[in-house]
Amino acid sequence: MKNLDSVFAAYLIGWGVFFLFYLTVARRTSAVRAELERLKNQLPKAK
Amino acid sequence: MTKRIILAAVAILLVIASAYASFFIAPTERTMGVIQRIFYFHVASAWAGFTAFFLCFIGNLLYVWRRKQQYDWLGVSGAEVGLAFTTVVLITGPIWAHPVWGIWWTWDARLTSTFVLWLLYVSYLLLRTLVEEPDRRALLSSLFGIFAFIDVPLVSGAIRWWRTQHPQPVIMGGQGSGLDPTMKAVFFFSAFAMHVFMAFLLVERYALERMQTEADFLAREVEAQ
Repeated sequence: MKNLDSVFAAYLIGWGVFFLFYLTVARRTSAVRAELERLKNQLPKAK
Repeated sequence: MTKRIILAAVAILLVIASAYASFFIAPTERTMGVIQRIFYFHVASAWAGFTAFFLCFIGNLLYVWRRKQQYDWLGVSGAEVGLAFTTVVLITGPIWAHPVWGIWWTWDARLTSTFVLWLLYVSYLLLRTLVEEPDRRALLSSLFGIFAFIDVPLVSGAIRWWRTQHPQPVIMGGQGSGLDPTMKAVFFFSAFAMHVFMAFLLVERYALERMQTEADFLAREVEAQ
């Protein structure tokens, strides 16, 4: 089938972009979660 | 957390089902052939991106009016998610265009206004990195976001108002336009699936922004003690 490779390329690259975006959100979320834990542990010590 | 996992599972199942429908249920278009199947991904992503930018616009308007942080979180989440969807539109469009038009890109009204839309929301996100003070950052980016949203109806109307290389609308396109009923059903299912997936990304991004604000607040408390 003519151009089937282009269709697969569009779907693969498109879902690749979504996956990369989700990955950046997930990585930032886990970094902020770790930062929150660290800050919460520091607060009682400061008091 | 459980609700977010359920939303993720539903979104993944829906996009898998919509990909299956696009490849195996929708009939092959007569003139373009198999390449037309990009339509179900390309246009559905564009619609979901517009919805994300609309939610960003609502967040921006409400922030300017009510000055509550939650609206700023909605604004930045909608902008980032809408930008991801518009990036997909700008990549899949040329892949579809090349075999059909013989060119990857042309500066017609639809393509140019979509590229400008992408640049506007990149600028929105860049602007947020330049302003340190949270309230000032939220207000400035909200005002810019309200301005940026003006381009969304321009992108949508470009193929109705001007002569473009990009095809005329096939959904709500008036006389002489339209889709085969099976193609239409697969398209609306794909658009629904992409909207659920967009909602999942938006919820995740919103949760990140809320946690970031909480972390900033705690950091100031720790510093003050």
